[in-house]
Amino acid sequence: MVSGDTEAGARAAPVVMLEGASKSFGALKAMDHVDLHVSPGESLGLVGHNGAGKSTLVNLITGLFAPSAGRVSYPGASDHRMAGIRAISQEGTLCPNLTVLENLQVVQRDLNGWGWRRVAARRIRTALDAVFPGHRIRPDMLVADMSLAESQMVEIAIGFAEGPIPARLVVLDEPTSSLDAQVSAQLLAHIRRFCAAGGAAIFISHMLGEVFAVADRIVVMRDGRIIADRPTSGFSRQGLVDAMGHVADDRNQPGPTAQARNLGDTVLRTPEGIEARRGEIVGLAGLAGHGQAEALARFYLSQGSDWRSTARPSAVFVAGDRRRDGVMPVWSIRRNLTLAALETLTRHGLIDRAAETAIGTDWQKRIGIRTPDMGNPILSLSGGNQQKVLFARALATSAPVVVMDDPMRGVDIGTKTEVYDMIRHEAAQGRTFLWYSTEMDEILNCDRVFVFRDGAISAELEGPRITEENILAASFEFGDAA
Amino acid sequence: MRLINPRLALPILSLAILIVAVFWLQPRAMSYVGINLLFNLAVPIALATVAQMIIIMVNDIDLSMGAFVSLVACITAAILPGNPALGALMLLGCVLAYAALGALIEARQLPAIVVTLGMSFVWGGAGVLILPSPGGTSPVWLTAIMKAKPPLVPMAIIASLLIAGVAHLLIMRSAFGVRLRALGGNARAVSRAGRSTVRLRAMAYAVAGCFAVLAGMALVGLTTSGDANIALRYTLLSIAGVILGGGEFTGGRVSPIGAVIGALTLTLAGSFLSFLRLSPDWQIGAQGAILILVLAARLLVRQAEKRT
Amino acid sequence: MTLHRAPWFWAWVAAFAAFLATWSMSAGGGGGAALAVAALTFGSFSVLTGLGQMLVITMGPGNTDLSIPATMTLAGTLSLKLMGGMDGGAVTVLAGLLSALLIGMGVGIANFALIRLLRIPPIIATLSASFLYQSLAIWSNRGLRIKPPPALAEFTTGRDLLGVPNLAWVALAISMGFWVLLNLSGFGRRVSAIGQNARAARLAGVPVARVSAATYVICAMMAALTGFLLACFSGGAALNMGAEFLLMSIAVTVIGGSSIAGGNSNVPGIWAGALFMYLIVSMLNSYGLGAGVRLLSTGVIIIAIVAVASGRKAKP
Repeated sequence: MVSGDTEAGARAAPVVMLEGASKSFGALKAMDHVDLHVSPGESLGLVGHNGAGKSTLVNLITGLFAPSAGRVSYPGASDHRMAGIRAISQEGTLCPNLTVLENLQVVQRDLNGWGWRRVAARRIRTALDAVFPGHRIRPDMLVADMSLAESQMVEIAIGFAEGPIPARLVVLDEPTSSLDAQVSAQLLAHIRRFCAAGGAAIFISHMLGEVFAVADRIVVMRDGRIIADRPTSGFSRQGLVDAMGHVADDRNQPGPTAQARNLGDTVLRTPEGIEARRGEIVGLAGLAGHGQAEALARFYLSQGSDWRSTARPSAVFVAGDRRRDGVMPVWSIRRNLTLAALETLTRHGLIDRAAETAIGTDWQKRIGIRTPDMGNPILSLSGGNQQKVLFARALATSAPVVVMDDPMRGVDIGTKTEVYDMIRHEAAQGRTFLWYSTEMDEILNCDRVFVFRDGAISAELEGPRITEENILAASFEFGDAA
Repeated sequence: MRLINPRLALPILSLAILIVAVFWLQPRAMSYVGINLLFNLAVPIALATVAQMIIIMVNDIDLSMGAFVSLVACITAAILPGNPALGALMLLGCVLAYAALGALIEARQLPAIVVTLGMSFVWGGAGVLILPSPGGTSPVWLTAIMKAKPPLVPMAIIASLLIAGVAHLLIMRSAFGVRLRALGGNARAVSRAGRSTVRLRAMAYAVAGCFAVLAGMALVGLTTSGDANIALRYTLLSIAGVILGGGEFTGGRVSPIGAVIGALTLTLAGSFLSFLRLSPDWQIGAQGAILILVLAARLLVRQAEKRT
Repeated sequence: MTLHRAPWFWAWVAAFAAFLATWSMSAGGGGGAALAVAALTFGSFSVLTGLGQMLVITMGPGNTDLSIPATMTLAGTLSLKLMGGMDGGAVTVLAGLLSALLIGMGVGIANFALIRLLRIPPIIATLSASFLYQSLAIWSNRGLRIKPPPALAEFTTGRDLLGVPNLAWVALAISMGFWVLLNLSGFGRRVSAIGQNARAARLAGVPVARVSAATYVICAMMAALTGFLLACFSGGAALNMGAEFLLMSIAVTVIGGSSIAGGNSNVPGIWAGALFMYLIVSMLNSYGLGAGVRLLSTGVIIIAIVAVASGRKAKP
């Protein structure tokens, strides 16, 4: 739905301009030479699979990161705040201990002095009434007492609320994730009204129906680049899904893994419905944040105890967020590696140093940890090698089930290939792998795949049915916006 | 707006029960003089509790509260009567020191327990230097305020209401207070909105310092002398008061009115225990036990809430 | 690892400098041996409480045992009371020691139960429980000062081997035990893992609850043992005998180079920290400075060391 307003708006100066903007985190290039203009009156849909660079783009536009190269500018304003850029993010930027109107005060600096509450209440009530007519939120409600949907509505309303600097571009990252269809439709209608009145919006959603309903231009990202940027009318639903995937890229055909091995009996079942047989590599797919990591953590924690340690654990865990879940920063490589197998190394409470060194040397060779000395600090290793250590930590135990929480995030391709070989080898020996991954080529290498959407399994794929197309189709919701 | 916060129900109820129990044990307390006696010492405790509450509100804890209030008492008793200008300057310096402490803790990401525990020695040492042995006098005007006898309602009650009202307006209602509470609720959101967390934490500590200074002065006004050890038990009392008043240890969820009620409850509990002829040996232990019981009760209430 | 990089190296240098400074101040410089003996004796008490506190602090931010002084008083009071009613032989000594350790164990279990069951921060749990322990001690003591059995009084004040105080030998032996525990045992490895990242430790199969429980119990038992020895040393238990050891136990841990961020402990540093703290106080004493300056500089030194040693820049 390209409206006449858009053409009028395109002639005005853009709200934000990215010129050759890149962003790298260490060796990882999250965004690569992106050019993008967003003009007043435009409603931009932004789509892409995990790791395509959507969040990086959003963070550059909203001023959270500075670009590593290139330029992000706001014509007519000194910075993102003065330019009237507002961000509504997924991760919750509300203070739960404050009321609705007090949360508005945290972001709007002119709410001071006598009577600020009256002004704040008026602004937030006006915004809520405009976006969500018929809502039942009062400005003096405590955020901690509200439902998830209500607090998301508040966050959206704060993004659109009148303030010292009027909102000119509102960036909405999965704004409807906890809203029901009716409320979502209200939001979409408001975004259209907002843009018709000269505002601009960037809308990110896994509900493609919503993107089609709200956007007059769609930008598709893949591997840190913009690969398509056309008016919505130039896309079909199927064309959009195809554009997100690596259609022409046949480098990652599903490997003949399952066929080569005899799979054993079913060894695990989780309440969510995940099943795995002995020696099977089971992939959990879907967009990040749709319940995969939680399902894995619940399963792993149910297998162990806070009170007992055992030499034969029934499951081990390989962390993907190394800093949060994996690495012991003070320790050497060797100590990090042997942590999960500690029980097998202790005699009368003391650690058998010789055995520990032997395990360290053995795994250094087997998995290829590049260091002159396993006694060096773990932080002296590159990210990829740290990840290998975490793999070795898990594989050095005798546990029959290995749980992996997207462990290859931000790891170079060489390391990946080595680890894939390792996993296949271990699976052939009868270990079962539960593998949550945000990378398509890893999922395509699994024997069976469960696709998650909104915290539940939306598809179970096996053998030849494991294709990028099927996985993308199950990750995104096609339904029309209500 | 909501007039009665449901989180205040439990503190108000416990105070009411305690008041009834005290009057039942000691009917003579049900008079102007009796009430004043019961609640007199609650005024400095309430001020110290509000100070502690502000520190807890920004997710820290102040283990030097007792020593600091004692130092203020020393300054008030030893210096303020003879040299008001110097005394006022020193008290101002105390508040600034608190602000600096908050800035240091945030800028260097230090654990507040260790820093405030160290500061308790600094305050204690300074107190001994200023007033080597118990003594001094209270400034006349201060005693006049603290021992005033307004008609109908005893001073202790008026003061408590005043403290609760001022703290409520400052912390819960003003834009400034909202910013400080936001720091405890979601520090990331605060810095994302472009505000300096170092400055905010320094401000929170400064406000806490102001209330603690008032606590020390009020204490001297009542006791008419100072001592470097006079208020050491205020550290526990203030923490207990905040918790009794419905405050949480983390997340910036506190209530100034609740904190004052908590302080009144604790003071009254002391009198109640002595009316029960409980051996003074158990007075301290009873405070610890009350704190543990309140925490246990709150856990049970919360679990019950979760189930429904 | 070069010597000056060791985390305890500078603490030892500081302790030695403080020793020289104090020695030179004392009349004619003849009191060196006496000063060393006093430092070793009083330092031993700080070492013993510091070891336990270090174990708890190693478990990471928020973990601190504030009940150490009350536990010391309680164990000292009750064990002396028990021994006061006995004949003073070997059985008496053994019974006293055992009762002190049992009290420590009970306190540790109670502390951990509060932390775990009430889900409250360890500081609050140990602080509020400590008032109960304190009351229990006051109530059982009733103001009486019971003398320790003569054998124990002699042992704790004596210097039977190489002229070094017996207490220092005891502290040394226990320190070596802690060194083995922290550096060679699976338990020490797990404590360190929890301190670095409790979540990652749990995900790597570390039984977090069991290890934390053991840590709090060991810390309380060390406090109880110190209380027992201190009561015997000073000729009876006093109600405020543990007061200075709360800050002291944290201070020697921090000065000794253990990280308050957790995960990193250091036994030799505890000794340096303990000697340094004692010597600084006696140095200030020999300069003729009073209690006020002493307290003040103790606090300033600790905060300065914490701010310099363990601070990290605020996250942007």
